[in-house]
Amino acid sequence: MIAKPHIDWFALSPVLALLAASGLLLMVAVFVGRRPRKAVSTFIGFAGFVASFIFAVFLDVKSAHGAAIVHDSMFRDRWAALAQVLIAGAGAVTVLISYSERWRDEHVAEYFALLAAAAAGMSFFVSASNLMTLFLGLEWFSIALYVLSAIDIDLIGSLEAGLKYLIVGSVGSATLLFGSALVYGETGQLSFDKIAAFGHPHDAMLVVGMAMIIVGLAFKSSSAPFHMWTPDAYQGAPTPVTAFMSSATKLAALVVTYRVLVTVFPHDQRLWTAAIAVIAIVSLAWGNIAALVQRNVKRILAYSSVSHAGFMLIAVAAANALGGRALLYYVIPYSAMSLGSFAVVAARERELGVPVTLQNLAGFGWERPFLGVSMWVFMLGFLGFPLTGGFIGKFYVFAAAYDRGWWWLIVAGVIATMISAYYYLGIIRAMYFREGAERQFTAGAVPAPAGGSPSRELLLSAGVAICLVVTVGSFFAVQPLIDVAHSAASALPF
Amino acid sequence: MNHWLTTILIVVPFAGALVIALAPLPRYWLGSLATLISLIEIGFWITAASKFSFGDASLQFAQNHPWFRDLGVSYHVGQYAYSLWLVGVTVVVMAACVIYGWWAGRERARAYFALMLLLTSAIVGVFTAQDLLLFYAFFEAMLIPLYILIGVWGGAGRLRATLTFVIYTVVGSLLMLASIVIFGLQQGTFDLTKMGTSSSTWLFLGFVAAFAIKSPLFPFHGWLPETYRESPAEVSAVLSGIISKVGLYGLLRIAIPKFPSVVHDWRVVLLVLASISLLYGSLLAFRAPDLRGVIMYSSLAQSGLIVLGLFAGNDLGFDGAVLQMINHALISTTLFLIAGMIERRTSTGEFSRLGGMARGRPALATLVMTIGIISLAVPLSTSFAGEFLILAGVFQQAWIWAAIGAAAIVLAAMYMLRWISGILHQDPGAAVSDSALDLRVGELAIVVPLVLCLLGLSAWPNLISHRSFGGDHATTTLVQGQGK
Repeated sequence: MIAKPHIDWFALSPVLALLAASGLLLMVAVFVGRRPRKAVSTFIGFAGFVASFIFAVFLDVKSAHGAAIVHDSMFRDRWAALAQVLIAGAGAVTVLISYSERWRDEHVAEYFALLAAAAAGMSFFVSASNLMTLFLGLEWFSIALYVLSAIDIDLIGSLEAGLKYLIVGSVGSATLLFGSALVYGETGQLSFDKIAAFGHPHDAMLVVGMAMIIVGLAFKSSSAPFHMWTPDAYQGAPTPVTAFMSSATKLAALVVTYRVLVTVFPHDQRLWTAAIAVIAIVSLAWGNIAALVQRNVKRILAYSSVSHAGFMLIAVAAANALGGRALLYYVIPYSAMSLGSFAVVAARERELGVPVTLQNLAGFGWERPFLGVSMWVFMLGFLGFPLTGGFIGKFYVFAAAYDRGWWWLIVAGVIATMISAYYYLGIIRAMYFREGAERQFTAGAVPAPAGGSPSRELLLSAGVAICLVVTVGSFFAVQPLIDVAHSAASALPF
Repeated sequence: MNHWLTTILIVVPFAGALVIALAPLPRYWLGSLATLISLIEIGFWITAASKFSFGDASLQFAQNHPWFRDLGVSYHVGQYAYSLWLVGVTVVVMAACVIYGWWAGRERARAYFALMLLLTSAIVGVFTAQDLLLFYAFFEAMLIPLYILIGVWGGAGRLRATLTFVIYTVVGSLLMLASIVIFGLQQGTFDLTKMGTSSSTWLFLGFVAAFAIKSPLFPFHGWLPETYRESPAEVSAVLSGIISKVGLYGLLRIAIPKFPSVVHDWRVVLLVLASISLLYGSLLAFRAPDLRGVIMYSSLAQSGLIVLGLFAGNDLGFDGAVLQMINHALISTTLFLIAGMIERRTSTGEFSRLGGMARGRPALATLVMTIGIISLAVPLSTSFAGEFLILAGVFQQAWIWAAIGAAAIVLAAMYMLRWISGILHQDPGAAVSDSALDLRVGELAIVVPLVLCLLGLSAWPNLISHRSFGGDHATTTLVQGQGK
């Protein structure tokens, strides 16, 4: 007779809601007629994410004391719950952005099913409390994302993006798995707490295992030098998928990185903080410098997301309570800005029917005032300008680095920000300072828009509006957000 | 009610900007609405000034709410007497520039006026913020509207100009951000009134870099020529009249009181840089081929002069510096707006194609003469009072600084007289046709009040120079009295 572990269904509810939505959507793909399918599947996808969001919020409220559940395979604590809230929120916005993407109609329900499945995997991933569930969660959302990247086969580069992501991503997963095996081989334990209890500093196998786990997770958070897939995958994938990857995947990977390092390897803190600091600086340098020479807006944003991984890793490298707070605060405006900016790119892409470059962004700000101003705010937020949460986020990250006594990380961050000003403001310049008419005279390389005024895309605008509210709101409502982040961060042993 | 006044001064233009940007008003109303809002703003400032007790050296109209507690950051605003004067000159100058933009009929009026009002709000915020992080937020917020204003409404070379401008300012302000983070966390609070002093040279230099770029001070003035030439005239006016004062205010409010020992060590370096700015700026102004060139290099020179006063380290220097900041804000705004008006008539600012405009244009001639005379610091003018105080103050450091300053006054006379005569005298230039009319009533309504302010100050410079530091000695208020 197998002893059944006690299962805390409530703690699993954010994951289960998404899984239910995913299953339902697969049914829709089969049973609902072609015409209503798009509307029905969008609605179910959105409802699933909202349900998951609500469950995660309740879970956050009711998990003041962290605990390991389901036979020590998952954590029920605020660190995970907050990440689940953000993942579900990002997913909901992604659904809104995706609605009028040009899918072939028979793929639309499958698309939302995969999206919900990916988000379910991430929600599971962030609550993992042993190496097995960690790997399971990672593969779960990765496989869904590989398919999502390649789903629009008609789109040039989509299949290539999916394939690149699949191959490079598998290397990352394999590295993580190998590292986990080494850790298990040395300690004989899978659960995070028990590994920590077993370990002693500078155990060679453990250190190698730790390094491989860091690398495996760094692939997912697309931190340099493990970001090689990022520009191609972000550029080639359908834009809403890119938006989802750049926000939810990144935040899940970073949140897990922090948790794993702090809970599993407390004895080797000196080693991993240094390693993370190096990765952070490489990401900042590589992401920002590579972004300078890009012309394609999605590629610029991809490299910008690499550099932001660098900023968030500064918070991880700080390895203190302030760093935990800084990371959790940072991901909130960052996810919103990332989703929002890709959404604006998606809108322009649909309007023109070609990839969006700095060249054909000309005049966009004046033609679509709301989306233009939103993009403006998102770029300033990435840059860390006031009136956006990006400013406070950077400030917190720097404060965390200072708290650790690593002022040179502040200097690195400041220099990176200076460089990034060029391309973020370059996007604003492209949108506003050049007239739309000028575009037609330049080289003739850009085909004229299809004609007629662009569709209004209410759902996409609503998604952008949500992102805008979060980006700006997080600047004013710092204290409540920090309180939330504070209670979440206190779930980790600092 | 009184403690709301500072917040009101920040919020009114901000709310106005939102209304203009979002409300579905006819385009024709936007300019007049923006004008009305800036006049209301002046009204609030007059209310504030009438309720201000100038004998009191402490912070007034203060409001303090925690923003995020774990790092000790708060929304803390309030005004000292010198901030009150700077806010006053800001709202006056911004109103003049908004009206100028209205009169000039700027395209894309909705965005234009919203940005101008946003800029007003940010500048008032900088002058009144009493929390270092809040100060930085406002400081950076100024850059956003400026970037767009220059980039969209600027001249043909605007793309390059905005790039240079942004690179300089962002580099400076991020160095300051690093200093702010470290300084604030060292002190455990970001509240300027509660912070102690620091003796770290690096932190000091981080602040000074940002302020020296904004002011600008030699050798950080590389952004000046392109930006001032490519901006719309009224934005150049704001840049040289007000934004440069933000840099100087930063020195006065943060760099000098918070780093007394470093200031002591670095005084000579800064005085040397200031002197170079003064002489070099004056010489460049004398050699400049166009209207704006003279004004912008003269404002480089004036920044140098004011920094001389600030780093004189005594009451005379501080009083003179504050007075001269106000003077120069008004003078330089007027000069740029007049230059803009002339450029609209002749579509050029180059002296080689101008001249002879005095004939048949009495209003223009009178105004150019009056403002020119005031700006070259003729005795009895308010700028003479300011410069004299500064020179007397810096004389106490060493006679050489005063000698340099005095030499610069002579140079000022040379370039300003060249400016006046380049516009008014000699034969009519190639670009000056008979269809270039005299100033219209609308234009006079913009410029004359500014000149009247200057004439008023000329009659009574004590209004500012004796009322900037709460009746107390400036040095005590600034350096020792910050804890009050």
